[in-house]
Amino acid sequence: MPTATVTTHQPGPTMPPPKRRSRRLTTLFGRQPLGMALAAPYVVFLAAVFAYPLGLAVYMSFHRYFFAAPGAVVARPFVGLQNYKTALSDPAVQRSFLNVVEFLIINVPLTVVLSLVLASSLNGAIRGRTFLRVAYYVPYVTASVAVVAVWLFLFSNGGLVNQLLGPLAPDPSWLVNSTLAMPLIAVFVTWKQLGFFILLYLAALQNVSKELYEAASVDGAGKFRSFMNVTVPGVRPATTLVVILATITGANLFTEPYLLTNGGGPDGASASPVLVMYQKGIEQGSPDIAAAIGVILVIGVLVVSLINRRLLERD
Amino acid sequence: MSRTRSWPRMVALVIGAIFFLFPFYYMIIGSLQAKRDTSITGIIPTHGVTLHNYAQINASLDLLRSLVNSGIFTGGVILATVIFGVLAGYALARLHFRGRGTLFALMLLVQVVPFQLLIIPLYVMIVRNYGLGDSYMGMILPFAINSVAVFIFRQFFLALPEDLFAAARIDGASELRILWSIALPLVRPALLTVVLITFIGPWNELLWPFLVTKDVSLQPLAVSLANYISNVAGRATNPYGAILAGSVVLAAPVVALFVAFQKHFTSSELGSGVKG
Repeated sequence: MPTATVTTHQPGPTMPPPKRRSRRLTTLFGRQPLGMALAAPYVVFLAAVFAYPLGLAVYMSFHRYFFAAPGAVVARPFVGLQNYKTALSDPAVQRSFLNVVEFLIINVPLTVVLSLVLASSLNGAIRGRTFLRVAYYVPYVTASVAVVAVWLFLFSNGGLVNQLLGPLAPDPSWLVNSTLAMPLIAVFVTWKQLGFFILLYLAALQNVSKELYEAASVDGAGKFRSFMNVTVPGVRPATTLVVILATITGANLFTEPYLLTNGGGPDGASASPVLVMYQKGIEQGSPDIAAAIGVILVIGVLVVSLINRRLLERD
Repeated sequence: MSRTRSWPRMVALVIGAIFFLFPFYYMIIGSLQAKRDTSITGIIPTHGVTLHNYAQINASLDLLRSLVNSGIFTGGVILATVIFGVLAGYALARLHFRGRGTLFALMLLVQVVPFQLLIIPLYVMIVRNYGLGDSYMGMILPFAINSVAVFIFRQFFLALPEDLFAAARIDGASELRILWSIALPLVRPALLTVVLITFIGPWNELLWPFLVTKDVSLQPLAVSLANYISNVAGRATNPYGAILAGSVVLAAPVVALFVAFQKHFTSSELGSGVKG
């Protein structure tokens, strides 16, 4: 027993004798200031890797900013909304934002419906539950780079999918077809992330009370009715979370258009905002424009998340 | 609850599982075939198998070196996350100090800040200002402490009964001793869950290490394989076998880890995050 072990230990030399701490210090640091010391590395990390870059991103987006040698003092004049204007009037940027909207319209509803249906099918005692659960999250834990390679193989011009479809195969093929490239990426990401969302829904389903299902079946509701009237409202907080997380994942899209469609092809039809940020900021050396795209993207994600929350949590 | 004998549900679940697993099967088959066979009969390898593709990808990007780089990157992140995550999680759950509420709110906020906004300023800071481009330090830094891990540690420490801590304090144990000898052994299951969850981040990450490492000898496998895919995609020959062999090597460690420790990656382990 852990408690028993402690009683046998002598207090270490670092133990200060119990003394009355000054009340002022307690108000200043709290009852256990040691907490500050323990949390300090994490606080420094958050400040250095989140807060400061966040501020720098906003600063860059309002200034003329370019890469300079370390230590060199260069003028970075304030340019107001100029970077935003440049970014928004660029057809490539406009296209990438439309692409991500198209992506989300396909990906988010598909993710919510499939993960909830699969999670409620997996819920309860069924044969091979562990195997099925693992099967569903294997794509989630595997690197995008690795699974993208198989999808390239499957959906290439003479690939297995087109072989199966025979005369129904799209022409031009999936990944080089400007109408089909983005939907295929949306389906790929749905497939890849689904396992994680199934786990979230499985956790949420444990909180739906059994009595509600019993009451529904007493009232003569079938499987479908009780799914719609008990399960769906019962996991609503989880649905909000799934929608918001799926939106953030979608806005972060980079690897798939970079590899699957060879850099957002054909002709920018599957370029994502993050891919365009990479091209503008690092390949073309305009980090200020890239920062502006990032700020617009984040504002967009926040707005979409808030709207979703309102819609999903009303009543 | 009795085992459900609902055949339609079982059939749907199994068909679903096939959709999820088939690409992995195809990855392995494709990596073992001497020639690219995209026909329907190619699903079952009939012309024998070969390890030639593995030799080919190894000749192009030095698999062992790439794996070592992935390992150092991932290991560094896990080490920092476990050490600093335990400390921060314990402080957040068990110690009353000024700013605790703010820190907790910040920890939650960080999880909704999209990484893509930070990419450009982080690149400017780490590569341009600090000169950490082409270094393991530069790769690890933005991922060093996984906030989800801090949250999981906090939830586990919070679930321990208060009496345990009160008793130890009466016995005169210092806070650090309580953390080390009492709390930590009791949250050992959380340790495995955290390692699993933290592992997939850096091991699979492409964008950040791709920006930071221009030096081929420092690139993790995800980056060198991605470069190989995008470089050869334009060429006429079809090096799919080699690409798939690289994919198998990249995927195998994670899949093996998650299959072996699947008990620690379940909804109940992660559930604390979505309840309430």
